[in-house]
Amino acid sequence: MKTGAPVAEGQQATPTAEPAKTNGRTRFVQRLWVVREIGIAAALGLLVLVTAIDSPGFLSAPSIRDVLLGASILVILAVGQTVVIVSRNIDLSVGSVLGLVAFATGKLFLAAPGTPIVLAILAGIGLGAVCGAINGALVATARVPALVITLGMLYVYRGVDHLWAKGQQINAADMPAGFLSMGTSTLLGVPVLAFIALAVVLVAGMYLHSYRSGRELYAIGSEPNAARLSGIPVGRRVFGAFVVCGGMAGLAGALYAARFGTIDATVGTGLELEVVAAAVVGGVAIFGGSGSVYGAALGALLLTTIGTSLAVLRIDPFWQQAVVGGLILAAIGLDRLLALRVANRLKGRSSHGA
Amino acid sequence: MSLRSRGVRIGVIATAVTAVLLAAGCGGTTRGSENGGGEPAASTGTANPDAPLKEGLSVAFLPKQINNPYFTVAGGGGEDAVAEFNGEYKEVGPSEASASSQVSYINTLTQQQTDVIATSANDPNAICGALNTARQSGAKVVTFDSDTNPECRDVFISQATAEGIAHVQVEMIAEQIGGKGKIAVLSATPNATNQNEWIELMKEELEKQEYSDIDLVTVAYGDDDDQKSFQETQGLLRSYPDLKGIVSPTTVGLAAAARYLSGSQYQGKVALTGLGTPNQMRQFVKDGTVEKFALWKPSDLGYLAAYAGAALASGQITGEQGQTFEAGKLGEYTIGENGVIVLGPPTVFEKSNIDEFDF
Amino acid sequence: MAHDSLYAQPEAPAERAEAHAWWRTALTRWDTVIVVVLAAVVVVASLSIDGFASTGNAQFLLLDVVPIALIALPLTLIIITGEIDLSVASTLGLCSAVMGQLWLTGLPLEVIVVLVVLLGGLLGAVNGVFVTRFGLPALAVTIGTLAAYRGLAYVVLGDRAVADFPYDWTAASLSTVAGGSLPWAMVMVLLLACAFGVVLHVTPFGRKLYAMGNNAEAASFAGVSVATAKFWLFVTSGAVSGLAGVFWTLRFASARADNAFALELAVVAAVLLGGVSIFGGRGALLGVLAGVLLLGTVRNALQLADVSSEALYVVTGSLLVASVVVPNVVGMARSWLRRRRRAAPA
Repeated sequence: MKTGAPVAEGQQATPTAEPAKTNGRTRFVQRLWVVREIGIAAALGLLVLVTAIDSPGFLSAPSIRDVLLGASILVILAVGQTVVIVSRNIDLSVGSVLGLVAFATGKLFLAAPGTPIVLAILAGIGLGAVCGAINGALVATARVPALVITLGMLYVYRGVDHLWAKGQQINAADMPAGFLSMGTSTLLGVPVLAFIALAVVLVAGMYLHSYRSGRELYAIGSEPNAARLSGIPVGRRVFGAFVVCGGMAGLAGALYAARFGTIDATVGTGLELEVVAAAVVGGVAIFGGSGSVYGAALGALLLTTIGTSLAVLRIDPFWQQAVVGGLILAAIGLDRLLALRVANRLKGRSSHGA
Repeated sequence: MSLRSRGVRIGVIATAVTAVLLAAGCGGTTRGSENGGGEPAASTGTANPDAPLKEGLSVAFLPKQINNPYFTVAGGGGEDAVAEFNGEYKEVGPSEASASSQVSYINTLTQQQTDVIATSANDPNAICGALNTARQSGAKVVTFDSDTNPECRDVFISQATAEGIAHVQVEMIAEQIGGKGKIAVLSATPNATNQNEWIELMKEELEKQEYSDIDLVTVAYGDDDDQKSFQETQGLLRSYPDLKGIVSPTTVGLAAAARYLSGSQYQGKVALTGLGTPNQMRQFVKDGTVEKFALWKPSDLGYLAAYAGAALASGQITGEQGQTFEAGKLGEYTIGENGVIVLGPPTVFEKSNIDEFDF
Repeated sequence: MAHDSLYAQPEAPAERAEAHAWWRTALTRWDTVIVVVLAAVVVVASLSIDGFASTGNAQFLLLDVVPIALIALPLTLIIITGEIDLSVASTLGLCSAVMGQLWLTGLPLEVIVVLVVLLGGLLGAVNGVFVTRFGLPALAVTIGTLAAYRGLAYVVLGDRAVADFPYDWTAASLSTVAGGSLPWAMVMVLLLACAFGVVLHVTPFGRKLYAMGNNAEAASFAGVSVATAKFWLFVTSGAVSGLAGVFWTLRFASARADNAFALELAVVAAVLLGGVSIFGGRGALLGVLAGVLLLGTVRNALQLADVSSEALYVVTGSLLVASVVVPNVVGMARSWLRRRRRAAPA
């Protein structure tokens, strides 16, 4: 109770750092967010360094492979989540969608053992995209908050998964060896899953950065009403973002099946908050408008590495969650600091320029 | 209505502190000032070993978690048994393994006047009160797999003696690593009653002279979560590069560890054993990742639990030590100390016999 | 970051401004609908499900909803101001773990209960400082403390469970008024609900909470210290979660780090189902209580009817989605009809 230091009035009413865009300013802001990403990368580097000094085996090829393998699925989910979050929405149903798709993939192989692997993955993405489209349609057409809708759909998709599974578990033996080996095999020493995740990050990053519709998502996230007035089809863009996020969750679900081989209806439970945490740690602003998929991917990598590092450093596993929580708080604190600096700097500039 | 003024804030803190001091001054309830026991669990009536099994008994299985394949199989055994004595079987339970949800289901079963509740406890204490309420309103309570406190149930069906389980696992791992080297345990959740008991007994077993060269270096927790168990296995081999063997006394952990080993450079070099189901482990036994592992038959466990419940509800037994009853195809069982009934020694599965089992 | 709507708001209902006539507007709002639905579910379940309308079942049902009902009270106020607190279940867990640890050290239980509630308040204050002092978004902050507090709970109690609480206390947590079906714990919830209801719906402070949710900047101009009010709401939320932790520990006679794991989404779902707008500025306590009871009753009725627990997920989720979609769609349809009617004669 002693933390109740006097709180300044009106502190809440701070200016949002969304200025009218001139080229110089945009470039400055962009540079600052690059700094933000370098910051996470540095934190990640430091963590790896400390762990490696303690136990050099941590930097061995198989160990790095394991970390990358562990992070891949979370990275893919975080990328999808970022696309939704920058448009000032959120998708809490990703864990349930992943679980549903993972189970569906297993069921597909049970029903048709000869299904080509590519087809199975595409089917997974498709099912995920359908789930995402349902979320998107509800959010965009009924004009209701995404947090509420996707929280509801979190329960619905999980319930459907349970009703379908009825206690059934799909084991590694039920799926083709080629599919399973894709989940763990490597190419040039790097896991195939990591390549897929990297491709997803690059494509999504390019889309958000270089395509008109991608950039419009940021505009929507910064100021939805202004975006609507300036002629951006807000509903359609938001719908699209949810479809992308669902599709990513579907891809992650299919890859989950390949990697873990054992699937029941509880797969992916509680994953949604971890995904949001990865995006937030990666510098994606929770109320939209800023952040990049590269940051989110680094955030996911950092969270995964912490888990592995603590195990390697033989730190009591009970500390892991507390550390992750502290990290999230540190990350958003840092973002706030950066945003304030941006705001000050821009204010300074405009007064000079005037 | 601003609460900012310092006076208000100090007032709030002062009130709170005063409350603490007042309470302390009154000499409150401290640990050990009371015996803390629950309601006495009186087993009523006397046993009549010759009483016939009643027909139409309602028997409910309440596993730790519904949709868990292990409990699905155990429930299947229970269903077979209930069909044999012409009762009504049902399985209910939460989809997440939490004690609080189990309490809610036990209360529901009490309302429904269920004759026999067969449950596996997520927490030995948390469901105690609810079970006792159920018993007061006439239900017989059988626990299986994971026990509650003995005063909250009539009998407990133990999958094997804890000593037997610890013994067979230590024996298997010692044999596979040649009686020498570092080993680790990959357990389920840190709270799991049975896991912790087995691990303690394994440690005692390892104290023996014949195992003096074996060093149990750590216990890792995979939370019975496939992904977490997989990662913990990675972490173990990373932290202890000279690890010779892993024992995982949980089906989820064993399967996850096996899958990690089979795709890594450690396959065949690091021994792995523990408790697992043949269907999950078949592939890994055949590809040489795992030499042998053990388990009781979960279906027999459920089968015995159902028969024990029926015997209780029919008055054949009351849960006292030394009483005996017939459990269908499994034959005669005797109640041991504290109302524990032991299913029998675990079955060891290896390449030569694994194809005879399907669960 | 100042809190704006997460997404474009629907045409703002005009009656929102008339906060002073709360009783009149309450009759036409979603929370009235939810009370009616609740009554209908109770009647149908009593008539069609054996054992539903018994004293024992009512007691169990009410006991089951106590923790969610407790936490929902302050959370309602927080959401009305446009913030959110997702750390409530972790606060409950940490308080439960600390309660167990303190009991082991031999402190009197009376003192422990006070300390644990204070600890809850302190944990809430941490959220409050991050949100009001540093201006961070509450959603992100409380996702962070959700992880941090649960982690600390494990650090405090680890894998152990403390279970030897005195029988008098654990029995008291289950006891009912005159041996009927109303647990004393529920009486406590109702008393607190009255207090929160008076603050929210009768006092000027409560009206200002709505004003903050509608427009934080305008509210601060009107002389309400937004930051201070929100800070104390977070403290209250933490303290009440601590109290819920005490109840949880005693009811299940088990202090554990994983108590009430993942309960936060259920509480948020209940509050939103009760008609509180996630954007802030709209909602009533009566609706929230009805929402909590509705979820608990549906769950209980489905269990008694031997409907599998999986169906509960689908029902909960659908109710939640319907609670926001239906009013909006109805509103849109109404305004579309109005426009058409106006256009037709021309």
